[in-house]
Amino acid sequence: MSFVLVQVIVGGLLLGAVYALFSSGLTLVWGMMNIVNFAHGDFVMLGMYVAYVVYTLMGGGPILGAPLATLVLATLGVIVYFGLIRDIMKGPMLAQILGTFGLALLLRYSVFWWFGANFLSMPQDIVGGTFAVAGLRIEASRLLAGVVALLVTFGLHLLLTRTSLGSKMLAVAEDATAAQLMGIRPDTMQAIAWAIAAGATGLAGALIANFFYIVPTVGETLAIVAFVTVSLGGFGSVPGALVAGLLIGVIESLSGYLIGAVYKDIVVYVLFLFFLWFRPQGLMGKM
Amino acid sequence: MTLKHVTGLLCAAAMSLALAAGARAEDKVVKIGVIMPMSGGTASIGAHAKAAIEVAMDIINNAHPELGNLPLAKNAGLAGLGGAKVEAIFADNQGNPATGQNQALRLITEDKVAAVFGAYQSGITLTSSAIAEKYGIPYLNSESVAANLTERGFKWFFRTTPIATDFAKIYVDFLADLKAQGGKTDNVAVVHDNTEYGTSVANTISAAFKEKGQPIALDVAYPVNATDLQGQVLQLKDKKPDVIIMISYTSDAILFAKTMQSLDYKPPVLLADDAGYSDPSFIKAVGKISQGVFNRSSWAVGPSGSPSAIIADMYKKKSGEEMDDTVGRQMQGFFVLVDAIDRAGSTDPAKVQAALKATDLKPDQLMMGYKGVKFDDKGQNVLASGLIIQLQDGENYVAVWPKANAAKAPMLPYKGW
Repeated sequence: MSFVLVQVIVGGLLLGAVYALFSSGLTLVWGMMNIVNFAHGDFVMLGMYVAYVVYTLMGGGPILGAPLATLVLATLGVIVYFGLIRDIMKGPMLAQILGTFGLALLLRYSVFWWFGANFLSMPQDIVGGTFAVAGLRIEASRLLAGVVALLVTFGLHLLLTRTSLGSKMLAVAEDATAAQLMGIRPDTMQAIAWAIAAGATGLAGALIANFFYIVPTVGETLAIVAFVTVSLGGFGSVPGALVAGLLIGVIESLSGYLIGAVYKDIVVYVLFLFFLWFRPQGLMGKM
Repeated sequence: MTLKHVTGLLCAAAMSLALAAGARAEDKVVKIGVIMPMSGGTASIGAHAKAAIEVAMDIINNAHPELGNLPLAKNAGLAGLGGAKVEAIFADNQGNPATGQNQALRLITEDKVAAVFGAYQSGITLTSSAIAEKYGIPYLNSESVAANLTERGFKWFFRTTPIATDFAKIYVDFLADLKAQGGKTDNVAVVHDNTEYGTSVANTISAAFKEKGQPIALDVAYPVNATDLQGQVLQLKDKKPDVIIMISYTSDAILFAKTMQSLDYKPPVLLADDAGYSDPSFIKAVGKISQGVFNRSSWAVGPSGSPSAIIADMYKKKSGEEMDDTVGRQMQGFFVLVDAIDRAGSTDPAKVQAALKATDLKPDQLMMGYKGVKFDDKGQNVLASGLIIQLQDGENYVAVWPKANAAKAPMLPYKGW
């Protein structure tokens, strides 16, 4: 195997980990509440802007920016849940689509209005630049995002499978009325789920901001990948999203390098459709 | 009849009076539809364009004798239409050809604009100008460079900017010149997105180099607004071309710069085809890691006190940004359009079309470095020209070629960071 190919695969794995990172929040609300959050990409965008503001106002890097973005977005998640989601959940599917889509536009153009349409960027060396391992070039900022992706996936998985809070959240997801009869407050559980999901998304944004450009419309670019990652991984399966993200990242990189970048989406989506044909529940989803 | 009815009637009467007065005031306003990307991935361009058009309207609608021979600057409003003011109606193309087309239709049928101006992306200029053609409304384009736009046999389409074929020739000559000075420029790669702009400009450039007996060695296409460009950069790193010609909008231009640095790849010569590389936010975001990139331009600030320097100041006050080639070409195009309306002395489409066809502006009547403005039968400005600039210090472009217009000598090789 040629050396360049190894670099392509390593690049693909790091890219895939990032895909997984910004998909974890989506998979949580989608899988647990059956809500398709069209504002997801814009949550990522907000996380990026929080990190950028932290950097420009306080000169802080991701050590400060990432926790703050998590906190701000988690708060926003709770507000969005009580202000919007709780009500539209009772409505038809169309209300959810339009509601979250409207929220996406509101967030996008609020940022637009406040920050303007210009492209922003963090300095290249905000997380230690790029280093070489055995001739392979690895960007520290991407590696950081990849490591955090693994930690977040692991953490969320533990939370859902090993804690009583996780069991309560899953119970509400299964049957809110039955859960209520068991003394669980669906409202509280779902608000917590939104806080966690939005917080993880904000964290993802803050880490992606270190190596990507920042612009109000960046959510549009990222959201589609998130949706594919979540469907491929299996709706609601956090480890599934990680595996799916890594798969998509490597397939994109390989096909982009070997066949040509304009065709990489074709390869990804053909494989995606083909896979769903045999396993509509996704990699690790339950029917 | 109760008091409520009387009040209602009075209100209606007042409103109709107000409307009539409004209509009379409107006789003195020339409406021009401006289609730009105000949202979507290229929204930064739209925001800059809006500021530029507003500065142009200030110059047209108010007296600016300090601007010398620039038409429309001396007196307030349009002398040919009894001092009428110009009003731009901005429409958002959302970076989408279908939306651009709908906006053209709305501007023409509902807002009844005298002319349409737009639409930045070649692909959107293509669709929106077809509507103007259908309705017989003059359409002026100032910045889309895809060559085919003026090859459609349109009668109402006029374009002031130099186009891809002009610049392809400039690139060929510039690289030949670098070679004559000892540079290595044989192996040329073209990197472009898959939009109308990216593919058509890449084709035009490839054809120009082929004609010179120097076929393009490598063609790298990528999807616009890419999430990742590592594969493309590695491909280039692998094939080691002497020269890379980049045809990219801002988002991808920034991501390319970042990815090239992280993968430690520098081509000997990096030559950009305007677009993203002229966006001031590109320079702010990644200028420091793109030092030495060449770019094309028709804009030079000029000595202080010159009309172009005064306009650059006005623009900076309005937008907070430095004037760049793209907004310069947009303002210039807007002036040409309004000048034609002024000379037509009417907003009648046929008269404006005739005036546009008769346009013959000299270099001292322009703010851009064109040799003039004069349209051929296809509506293309035959006197449009440009030069090569270089981002030597990572902050400001300087003119480097041709020698007659150069402020500095070209710096080689590409320095990057």
